[in-house]
Amino acid sequence: MGIRFILMVNKQGQTRLAQYYEYLTIEERRALEGEIVRKCLARTEQQCSFVEHRNYKIVYRRYASLFFLVGVDNDENELAILEFIHLLVETMDRHFGNVCELDIMFHLEKAHFMLEEMVMNGCIVETSKSNILAPIQLMDKAS
Amino acid sequence: MNPFSSGTRLRDMIRAIRACKTAAEERAVVRKESAAIRASINENDQDYRHRNLAKLMFIHMLGYPTHFGQMECLKLIASAGFPEKRIGYLGLMLLLDERQEVLMLVTNSLKQDLNHSNQYIVGLALCALGNICSAEMARDLAPEVERLLQFRDPNIRKKWAFPRSVPDLMGVDVSGDWNKRTNQLWNTVILASLWALWLERNNRIFDGVEGDKCTEGLVKTLKDVVNSPYSPEYDIAGITDPFLHIRLLKLLRVLGQGDADSSDCMNDILAQVATKTESNKNAGNAILYECVETIMSIEDNGGLRVLAINILGRFLSNRDNNIRYVALNMLMKAITVDAQAVQRHRATILECVKDSDASIRKRALELVYLLVNESNVKPLTKELIDYLEVSDQEFKGDLTAKICSIVAKFSLEKIWYIDQMLKVLTEAGNFVKDEVWHALIVVISNASDLHGYTVRALYRAFQTSEQESLVRVAVWCIGEYGDMLVNNVGMLDVEDPITVTESDAVDVVEIAIKRHTSDFTTKAMAFIAMLKLSSRFPSCSERIKDIIVQYKGNLVLELQQRSLEFNSIIAKHQNIRSALVERMPVLDEATFMGRRAGSMPATVSTSTTTSINIPNGVSKPSAAPLVDLLDLSSDDTPAVPSSTGGGGADFLQDLLGVDLSPAPNQPGMKPALQNGTDVLLDLLSIGDPPAQSSLSTSDILSSVQDNKLPVAPLDGLLSPSAPATPVIDLLDGFAVKPPTPENNGSAFPSIVAFESSLLKLLFNFSKPPGNPQTTLIQATFTNLSSDSFTDFIFQAAVPKFLQLHLDPASGNTLPASGNGSITQSLKVTNSQHGKKSLVMRIKIAFKMNNKDVLEEGQINNFPRGL
Repeated sequence: MGIRFILMVNKQGQTRLAQYYEYLTIEERRALEGEIVRKCLARTEQQCSFVEHRNYKIVYRRYASLFFLVGVDNDENELAILEFIHLLVETMDRHFGNVCELDIMFHLEKAHFMLEEMVMNGCIVETSKSNILAPIQLMDKAS
Repeated sequence: MNPFSSGTRLRDMIRAIRACKTAAEERAVVRKESAAIRASINENDQDYRHRNLAKLMFIHMLGYPTHFGQMECLKLIASAGFPEKRIGYLGLMLLLDERQEVLMLVTNSLKQDLNHSNQYIVGLALCALGNICSAEMARDLAPEVERLLQFRDPNIRKKWAFPRSVPDLMGVDVSGDWNKRTNQLWNTVILASLWALWLERNNRIFDGVEGDKCTEGLVKTLKDVVNSPYSPEYDIAGITDPFLHIRLLKLLRVLGQGDADSSDCMNDILAQVATKTESNKNAGNAILYECVETIMSIEDNGGLRVLAINILGRFLSNRDNNIRYVALNMLMKAITVDAQAVQRHRATILECVKDSDASIRKRALELVYLLVNESNVKPLTKELIDYLEVSDQEFKGDLTAKICSIVAKFSLEKIWYIDQMLKVLTEAGNFVKDEVWHALIVVISNASDLHGYTVRALYRAFQTSEQESLVRVAVWCIGEYGDMLVNNVGMLDVEDPITVTESDAVDVVEIAIKRHTSDFTTKAMAFIAMLKLSSRFPSCSERIKDIIVQYKGNLVLELQQRSLEFNSIIAKHQNIRSALVERMPVLDEATFMGRRAGSMPATVSTSTTTSINIPNGVSKPSAAPLVDLLDLSSDDTPAVPSSTGGGGADFLQDLLGVDLSPAPNQPGMKPALQNGTDVLLDLLSIGDPPAQSSLSTSDILSSVQDNKLPVAPLDGLLSPSAPATPVIDLLDGFAVKPPTPENNGSAFPSIVAFESSLLKLLFNFSKPPGNPQTTLIQATFTNLSSDSFTDFIFQAAVPKFLQLHLDPASGNTLPASGNGSITQSLKVTNSQHGKKSLVMRIKIAFKMNNKDVLEEGQINNFPRGL
């Protein structure tokens, strides 16, 4: 298992999406999210995109007002995760058209469906945008 | 009804939450919504079930409890419609986890869905199984999963490959022939899935592959991937599916580790990837990075390794911080493979330690730590210490710890070790851990030829730095080696001459006591140093007394006690002072190190273990009184509950001879004080300890508090102007007339050596002139009972260092009620005169009303100096 959790957080540090691939209690998650967000948001643009926290390595990337944070095992390929975040954003862009914080808030389930297609149990399983979006488009068409 | 568009109320809720200005408002909104959802669940409202669940997922994401919605997930999964199932499964994966028993209830629904004719529903069930499958579920559902392996649909293929409880599932499916050699089922599964993914994507048939051909097949697949033509769907920055590249490289790594044949087989493709991959985009660098890691992990191939190290060198000089970070990360792994190659980049790595980015600094520092060896330790340490001066505050902690560790690990010469440690203490003493400066003191104590040098260096450093642990070490050394500081003893060639007067040295300690930033431990140490200096520098004795006496009313009880006691020692016990404050015996390095290692897990040491391990207990005969002073954990004192824990604290206790547990002015500190009192009692050998310690300061304090008296009288109570108080008694037990060893007889007060309900034994002392070792004791027995004693016999025994001669008694009958007495003369010769005091065990046998009576006792309240 490579990816332990995926978070989307806005500039104010509010969580907008949280997907965990391991079990944490609500209290643990709140504490973890708080610590990580504080750490990452304090960093400048010039600093690298990796932060070590507890036994995780956080790979993060900022898109406008939204931070994408991915917690991975220590031996995961950080650059690949960075690329994965970009792929996720591009996929969302294709679906929502220039995705923003509100799109994710009001279509939380869709964001989760995309993640579900891309990542399974912490492993990346699909990297084609059209494959990822196909089931969602199918559902949209049906409704 | 569509759950994804019908959620006007979901929208309303999200808007309401967004509009919240404070966390309290948000909590209120969430509480209200949760209540509404509970009500709706209780009504079993089918139309709103999906909407409720969507809301719950949002609430869950915000970090509020949603357990009451778990059953709703199961109901949605069991419903027939795809949209309901979809959201039900999503809820299942978000709100539940494999630990919850509710999960057992979903097994049946999952089984049905795995057998569903709609492939999307099958996909949903498989996906859920992959994410939250428990061992029980895996066992129950294995036949269905196995059957699904026959599906050719790629969407299903990719999903079956990542079930959570792999071993359980694999027990029944294709594991058998797949790569028995590594026997890593999980890797096999990923391998199979990736292979499947690739083959499906290229419309090739996948039906299982022979185990031996694993590596070959993978190499072939990787070749295909690397050389594949442009495919827009998977293209990232000109590379077709870098994720697949990376996954395949990872798999090759697993296969190649410890397997020369496999490693050989993949050489070519690795070389191709390492040389041909574009490195101007992140995606390409990610592949290169993975490739380097694989090359480093598989069996040795010199050429490939050079290639890999060169890639890392390029990474390291990249301007992009991300790339530099991964390069440092990778070099850490490479160092075990090829340390020499990594050493070449030492200068660059050292530069990274000074980077503005905390992540990079941390990595680089760890790498430098690994790079240090005998030959480069000096320049590297110098670089790091130089950087310590300018580094960020938050980085100093890490940096200091690493420098200290390097210096301790490679302490080539003691002078170098001491020099480096002093530099660190001067720059960042506040970040130095207790055990580090404790270790430094042990080393200093052992380097007898460097005592003078060290104390002078510390004196200089003290002038420029206020770092707490530097002050502590400086104060300790000045206390111990103050005379060397003043007399320039043991001058080394490298030193600049320095003139320090006795009062300069006292100045330093006074500053340490008075500086308001000094904490309680530092002040306590400074007090000890003061006491020692008062003996080393008799001319400053008055001044030191004045300083110490200022703390007699200190709110910190420990300091107050030290002030009073030390004041008493300086003022009234001139004769024993120099013996009391002799230089510390050399601290035993091996014991200290051993204890540091041994005491890491156990924080509370028992009385026995402490008394065994005390480094001070290595008693050179000349230091015996000092050992008493410091040996807190001698047999008669209770175990010290070490609240600070760890070896460092124990050591400190040994060092200072008291329990320095924090906040001693709290009501619950009585045990700590008791210990301190006992030590002092031991030290001064006054009276019998149990009786005296019951009158110790804490009791006075607590009685004052109990009586609800205002605190103000306390000061008067404790001040020397009220000599009737027990506090003063504590020290004044025998010191009414300061005795000197040369004085004869009358100088030593008489003592009640033994007293029972029946009789009393009084000792009078005298010394024959010119023979200080010998004491003449006149024993006087008095009968306290109403019957007379007959056949009276007195026997006495002494330890080996004493010689005892008993003269015949004046009689063997003792009249009743004190009407007469028996006297007997004893002569005791103390071979350890001035070091150990007298001690005696006595036995008194007599007949009372014709019945045998035996009285026994031990006398250890002899005045000091006999």
